[in-house]
Order: sequence, then structure tokens, then C-alpha cells
Amino acid sequence: MISILIRRILSLVITLLVVSLLIFTVMDLLPGDPAAIMLGTSASPDTLAALRTQLGLDQPLPVRYLAWLAGVFRGDLGQSYTYGVPVAGLIAERLAVTIPLALMAIVLSVLVAVPLGVQAARKHNGVFDFVAGLLSYISIAVPAFWVGLLLIILFSTTLGLMPAGGFPGWDAGFFAGLNALLMPAVALALPQAGVLTRVARAAVLEVMNEDFVRTARAKGLSEGIAIWRHAVPNAMVPVVTMLGLQFTFLIAGAVLVENVFNLPGLGRLAYQALSQRDIVVMQDVVLFFSGLVILMNFLVDLAYLLIDPRLRAGAQ
Amino acid sequence: MGRMTFWGSATILRSAAFGLMTAAGLFLTQHGAEAAPKTAITVGMAIEPAGLDPTIAAPVAIGQVTWQNIFEGLTTIDKAGKVQPQLAESWQISEDGLTYTFKLRQGVKFHNGEAFDSSVAKFSIDRARGADSVNPQKRYFASIDTIETPDASTLVLKLKQPAGSLLYWLGWPSSVMVEPKSAADNKTTPIGTGPFKFSGWAKGSKVDLAKNPDYWNQAVSVKLDTAAFRFISDAQAQAAALKAGDVDAFPEFGAPELIKSFEGDKRLATVIGNTELKVVAGMNNTRKPFGDKKVRQALMMAVDRATVVEGAWSGFGTPIGSHYTPNDRGYKDLTGVYSYDPEKAKALLAEAGYPNGFTFTMKAPQMAYAQRTSQVLQAMFAEIGVTMNIETTEFPAKWVADVFKAGDYDMTIVAHAEPMDIDIYARDPYYFNYKNPAFNDVLKKVEATSDPAEQEALYGEAQTILANDAPALYLFVMPKLGVWDARVKGLWENEPIPSNVLTDVHWEE
Repeated sequence: MISILIRRILSLVITLLVVSLLIFTVMDLLPGDPAAIMLGTSASPDTLAALRTQLGLDQPLPVRYLAWLAGVFRGDLGQSYTYGVPVAGLIAERLAVTIPLALMAIVLSVLVAVPLGVQAARKHNGVFDFVAGLLSYISIAVPAFWVGLLLIILFSTTLGLMPAGGFPGWDAGFFAGLNALLMPAVALALPQAGVLTRVARAAVLEVMNEDFVRTARAKGLSEGIAIWRHAVPNAMVPVVTMLGLQFTFLIAGAVLVENVFNLPGLGRLAYQALSQRDIVVMQDVVLFFSGLVILMNFLVDLAYLLIDPRLRAGAQ
Repeated sequence: MGRMTFWGSATILRSAAFGLMTAAGLFLTQHGAEAAPKTAITVGMAIEPAGLDPTIAAPVAIGQVTWQNIFEGLTTIDKAGKVQPQLAESWQISEDGLTYTFKLRQGVKFHNGEAFDSSVAKFSIDRARGADSVNPQKRYFASIDTIETPDASTLVLKLKQPAGSLLYWLGWPSSVMVEPKSAADNKTTPIGTGPFKFSGWAKGSKVDLAKNPDYWNQAVSVKLDTAAFRFISDAQAQAAALKAGDVDAFPEFGAPELIKSFEGDKRLATVIGNTELKVVAGMNNTRKPFGDKKVRQALMMAVDRATVVEGAWSGFGTPIGSHYTPNDRGYKDLTGVYSYDPEKAKALLAEAGYPNGFTFTMKAPQMAYAQRTSQVLQAMFAEIGVTMNIETTEFPAKWVADVFKAGDYDMTIVAHAEPMDIDIYARDPYYFNYKNPAFNDVLKKVEATSDPAEQEALYGEAQTILANDAPALYLFVMPKLGVWDARVKGLWENEPIPSNVLTDVHWEE
């Protein structure tokens, strides 16, 4: 078990290194010179050269890569060209918006999807199942940013009940912050809820007729209790796996939703950095996203190892 | 099943609770507003500035937050576009136009308590023109030879050659006065002499300013205690924020097609002014067939500017015939030089050797105005047998690399934001690759004189040359679509220089 773990962690580090090299080269290949963007169309060549030196862009590629990598290992992610502040701080500030947003979206989607999925499985091929299926397909098909716009039109513009966007900051109060994240979380949760409903329905359907559920019913438990206490917990493994994978999608999918709701989250930072060619920020954010995906996959792998003894035996 | 209803109602309850709380909050703030005039304002902007030091980076958003609010210059530019004294009280220009003697204002203090004097002014200008300067308008200081400071309130600029626009240039955001000890950190914590102090920057969200109680200019009474600039890039979100009252003003609202949606709202005022943003379809004058003046003129005649404005910007915007706006001094309306005449255009094209037209590629940036203008132009060129393919390019990064620097393009569209930048046609290299010694001479004469009337006449000449030569297709000036709370007064209606000057802004009682 320990040796598998060590091997997995080693491959994780190597993957991250390869990814970092890829990120760096791709960012370097991107057309556009950050110095030229900063100084606009009137800048003279010597001003551009001065700024390139100031930003360290005049160094050769391998030197810049190693310097960046060494910095990352020390926990120094470099300075943003546009903001002029350390990137680590920028990312941390943005995570204070994006992580709560993603968590809220997950909670909301589970709250909607699990009951819907379970009920659809119980009444499978019935009207409820059909309607739930239809709804989940619609929610998968409808883009989250569009749902966001509709929510803004209804709750902010027309009814004036919710803020139209923006984020007051957590120091404005926990509830003010939560309030600002509620609509974006709903928009973000909807497509996830659609996917999860399908997964939950299939999973419950599979275990519903297993022996242990039948035994539970035979013991005289009501249908509802048999399903919720015995079938659902056993059907949760694929749902939880899906959630783990969805989490990274949620963080990435937040880019558009954060733009619509004008939330200062990580997605918007990435978007802004890209259009400004704030390359250091781009590299760090993409590395962070990649690290997150790699870590999530690692955790899912680990979970399988824990759940399924056959995998453990096979690996030895 | 029981659990499901419970969950369902819990979610509804929660949203209801949030809704009620917000509603209560709105109710309270509205009641508070009736008691006394507000002294705070939230101003919306589409783009967040890249740093807050206008002397080290070009994006106009930097000046739109800081210029005249935090930072001030030796001179300033007023809402009519005229040069006015600011930290320099007065000045004298020598007969030969080579010596500028400024009398500086005394008793001016920076926000960190440091005094402003001639040594600070010298430092600011030297920083902008030095060898390692990254000032985006460094060229404006190129004519300065030496700077002398005979006493604390006198600054003497000795020039290598006359620079008739120097006083105007000194009023720009990139020429503001900065204090030696704090200058290096102005990008994150700007320190100036203006009526507002920087008080905070929630990155990605807003910049906060607070009234400077020690402001030197006793002649103005600043009514606002605090001001916040909030950054909202999406036009729909801008509209929603205005309607919901989350922002009090959007001096440059992003989407003309949404302006109508404010019409019924009595709470909001829509104020349409003009800007310096010249929407121009530049052509690569060294590439075939654009090297031929007749071809360029034919293309200009194929364009119905009114339709372009209608199609691209919902009818808001002023057609122009040269690289100059009605704001600028010495403006001439030259839209009649090559006005819309497809028949004549076809004839001219045949004369130039293209009786059957030709095919070329338009590199259009992703911005709405550029995309829509390209599509309208595409249809208009088709009328005279010219096929235009549209290729979308990413602004600024890819556009600057491919079009602006490498000159790898046939035609492109971009709004030139810098005021009074007609001299770009005399720059070499510049992406139009337009080379006309006669034009360059006219602009040299502008700098050789400091007589405003003479300068205006020369600017008229320069405009006429461009209108005739058509190195680019001159389309329209972007409007300033101002939308703000009807009780907010004192915001500029026009924008002779990109800015959001808050000095006179107040809430009507």
C-alpha cells in the first residue's frame, strides 16, 4: 500500500513538472508582447526595451522557466505585470470567492439532484422520471452564463431583490457575501444538477433490486425507508466520484459565470490575465488549475484503492 | 418523499429569507437618502486599470480612475479640451519658443504630506524622459533639453526645438506630477496632489477614493466624501447594475443597443456626448492595391458613414472625414470630400485598373464595434465589386503583434483613443505605412509655432491632406454614452481626454 502511494505521488510530481513546462512554452508561444500591451501604441522602441528589461522578459526562455520553477518551489509565484503585486496573494484573494462559490454550487446541485434522481429511479419510466429526465437534459444543455443573465433580469432588474453582480467582500459580512454568491451558485449548480440527477438515477436503479434492498423491504420497512436507508447510501459511490470530477469543472466553469456576475474570482483573474498577457499570472493560474485536476484524479484513484480490495491486491 | 419536500421548502425558505433581507436593506438605504444629500458615489467602468500609475502604462482606464482625482499636472485639460493652469500657476514662453518658465503654485502638498516644489516637478519630468523611463508618451518630452530650478517655485524648461503642443501634453495623465519617495509604489498605492486620496483597491472589483481634506485648491468645494470605481466588463451586467442601483453612474456605458432600455426609467438620465475615439479602418499603404490612392478613395466613396454608425453603434456616433474629432481645436467637417457614391467609386476603381474589383482580408478585433463595422463595410464593398473577407483577431495582444508591429495586414479597424493624435500619420514606422512629406511638414510647422490660431489653421491643412489621401477610411467618432442617476450632477458630458473627473460631482438636494 505504502509503495503504491509513493509511486503515485512520484508520478504526480512528474506530471506536474511536465505540465509546468508545457504551460510555460505555450504561454511563450502566445502572440502578443506584454510590454507592448502595457505601453500602448505610442511607445517608442527604447521605452519598450526598458520595460522588457524591468519585467525580465529580455532573459532567454530556459532561464525564465527555471527562475519561475524555482520560485514556485519556494512558494514565490512572481509578480503580476498589471497589478504589480505578488501573484500568490492575488490567487488567494480570488479563491476566497471561487471556492465558496464552487462549494455552494455543489451543495445546491446535490440538494436538487439526489432527491430528483432517487425519485426518478423509484418511478422509473413513469411521468415523474420523464419530466425529471427532460429537466436534467435541459439544464445540461442550457449554458450557465445564460441562466445567470435570466436570474439577473428577474431577481435584480425586475424584482430588485438581489444584487445584480459584484462582490462586497467577506468583511462586509458573512451574509452579504453569501447573498452575492447565491445567484451565481444557482446558475453554476444547474448544469451540475442535471448531470448528477442522471448519475444518481442510474446508480439507485442499479442497487434498487439488489438482494439487500429486497431484504430490507421484506423486513417490513416502508418503500421510502428501504430506498433512503439502504439503496441510496450504496448508490452514492458513483455520485461522489462524479462530484470529485465535477469540482474541477465547476472551478473552471466559473470563468463565464464570474464574468456575468462580475465576481472577482479566479476564473475572471485568468480571463483578465489572458487578455492583458499578464503571463506570470496566467502561468500560475493554469498551473493551479492543472494541479487541482491532477490532485482530484489522485484522490479519486486513492478512494478506489480504499474501496476496492481487488485493486490493492492487483497492484501488489 | 417526506425528505424531499422538506429539502425543497428549505431552499425556498432560504431564498425568501435572503430576498427579504435585501429588500429590507434597500428600503433602509432609500429612506436614509432622503434625509441628506449623499456624499458617496459609485462609478462604473468597463475595464479595470492595469496598475494605478498613468506615467508608466498606457491603458486609458488608469487615467480614468486617477487623473484629476488623485494626480494632477503642471497644466490640465478642461471639459472643453482647453489647456488650463494647475500646479503651474502661470508660464512665460520665450520669443523663440525654446524656453518655458513656469511659476509653480506654493503650499501644495502630496497626500503623504510631502511638499510640491520645483525639485519635485523636475524629478517627475526627468523620470518620464530618462533612459530607463517606461512612460507611454515618452516622445512628448523628447524636445526638452535641460530643466532648471532657479528657486522652489520656478521651473525652467529649455527645449532643443520648439514644441507648440508642450503645454497640452503636460496636461495629459502620463505627465502628472509624482513625489520622489512614493513614485515607485504609485502602481499599487498612488500618491498625488489631487482632491481625492487613494484609499483601497479590491482587485478585480473596485478602487476606493476618499476626499483629501488638505486639498490646495480652496476655490473648489469638493462635495463627495468617498468615491468608488467599480469594474463591470459585461454590458448586460452594466445595465443590470445601473437598474438595480448598484452603481450610480456609468459615464461610458458599453452597449448602445441597450440605451433604449433606460428610456422608461425616470431615475436614470441618459447623456450622450462625444469622445476622442476615432473609429478608423486603417489600410496597409505599402500593400497592393492599397498603395494606389485611387483605390483608397474608391473604397472611401463606397462607404455610407451614416449607415455604418447605424449598423455598428445603433445610430450613436458622429461621422468624420479625417483623423480628427469635433472636440479638437481647428476641426473641419470633411465628410463631404469623398461622400457616399458607389457609381463614382466603381468608375475610380476601373480607372485604377480594377474594373472587376479585388479581394482582400480585413483583420477585425473582437470588439463589438469593430465586428459590426466590418460586416457593414463588407456589404458596402460588395456593392462596388470588392470582396472583403473578415478575419477576427484578438485585441490588444494579437492585434498589436500582427497588425501594429509586424504590419501584416490589408485592412483593419480600431478606435484610436488618444486625443489629438493626427501626428500618427507622420510617424515612421506606423502601421498605416503612410508616407507623405507634405503632411509631415505641416505637422512640423504646428510644433514650430505656439500661436493657437496658426496651429488651428495648420491642423485644418493636415486634416484636409488626410481626407484627400485617405490612408485610412475615416468612419465615426464614438459617442460617450453616459447613464447615471438623474440626481448626480457634475460629470463631464463630453470626453476631450479619457477621464472621470470627480471634482465637481455632487448629488442634487
